Amino acid sequence: MRHLMNPLDFSVEELDKLFDLAEDIAENTGRYAHVCDGKTLATCFYEPSTRTRLSFEAAMIKLGGQVLGFSEASSSSAAKGESVSDTIRVISCYADICAMRHPKEGAPMVAASRSGIPVINAGDGGHQHPTQTLTDLMTIRALKGRLGNFTIGLCGDLKFGRTVHSLINALIRYEGIKFIFISPPELRVPDYITDRLNKMNISYEEVTSLEDRIGDLDMLYMTRVQRERFFNEEDYVRLKDFYILTAEKMQLAPPDMLVLHPLPRVNEISVEVDDDPRAVYFKQAQYGVYVRMALILTLLDIVPDTNS
Amino acid sequence: MLNIGKIEEGFVLDHIQAGKSLSIYKHLGLDKNADTVAIIKNAKSAKMGRKDILKVECDINTLDLDVLAFIDHNITVNVIKDGEIVDKKELVLPKEIRNVIKCHNPRCITSIEQGLPHIFVLADEENEVYRCRYCEEKYAPKAESDI
Repeated sequence: MRHLMNPLDFSVEELDKLFDLAEDIAENTGRYAHVCDGKTLATCFYEPSTRTRLSFEAAMIKLGGQVLGFSEASSSSAAKGESVSDTIRVISCYADICAMRHPKEGAPMVAASRSGIPVINAGDGGHQHPTQTLTDLMTIRALKGRLGNFTIGLCGDLKFGRTVHSLINALIRYEGIKFIFISPPELRVPDYITDRLNKMNISYEEVTSLEDRIGDLDMLYMTRVQRERFFNEEDYVRLKDFYILTAEKMQLAPPDMLVLHPLPRVNEISVEVDDDPRAVYFKQAQYGVYVRMALILTLLDIVPDTNS
Repeated sequence: MLNIGKIEEGFVLDHIQAGKSLSIYKHLGLDKNADTVAIIKNAKSAKMGRKDILKVECDINTLDLDVLAFIDHNITVNVIKDGEIVDKKELVLPKEIRNVIKCHNPRCITSIEQGLPHIFVLADEENEVYRCRYCEEKYAPKAESDI
């Protein structure tokens, strides 16, 4: 039985296969409408999420499966003090696969170690968010035609931004990637990531100015400064508007640079940028459903007969 | 000059960094069993200036050398049988350590989940860096009771 905790749980070849399947689903969605008939996905979300949870639910429904679960800890037995280990043992009796989001880092890993069904990490604290990474990789592959040989700028909260950590982890396996980390000094990428990059001799820069480097980027990955990750409201208020991508700043960017964002956006990208063809964050959300459909099929080991 | 008698079976842990012997005593669980233990603090050492030594009279199969290696792999471990040194163990950094140290990351699942083993894995052998298996936080001692 396989789980997905970290994008590195899948080899580059396995990811290619997954993206091929996701692309086929995107082109022939109707052919997959019943491949999960009789299967159930449990969405165990211990902290609020709209996009990821609905994306998982949409993915399972489009495959013909059913969905059950909870969308906040207060409506689960966690409010009564139940452990993650106990919850997953019970959920294993009700569902065939589980997507879990938890504010504590490593919670889905604990669940996977006790589970009778595949567990997908749908985000754990500030740690990892592998299905967002699959979405990001698929978006890049579909729109750039390659996964490798580009310069990517990651901008905003690089300390607590789990989507950033997962994406860097995944990209280091491809050739010719150059990272430019754009953040205030307080929100730099954690040392376990820079340690890894140093060890692997992967090129990266840590800068604070977006305007200075936007012209060098093939891709700009914007992130939100997340209020829920701060213990101190004062720090949050000071840092939340550090970067705002505007139409004016987009004029400094190359004509084929892509702007990605895991969403939700607050005000780090002005709405005027939405009409720029380089802004692909809403397309990303669509790819997210296809890639989650492919992931569910892969972890359930369902090989669809799509010829009929 | 302090004289401490020979032990018949057990270990002499030599070249312990001065002041660390009590921490090792605790982490080896010697405070919880009935073994005879001699703790020598701040002994003179040609190599180290000052050092600590622990003499433990016990069954030689009972000591957790992985824990010892994690604490300080430069410690010399002399294995004693019938009052003589029969072996010198070389300590190697363990790939994984369980329930020796705790993760200090308040966002880690270990901070709330009952009964979960605290597991750290060797992430960087060269720099002796251990990371929490669950949240990947680097281990950094906080309190005196930590290593």
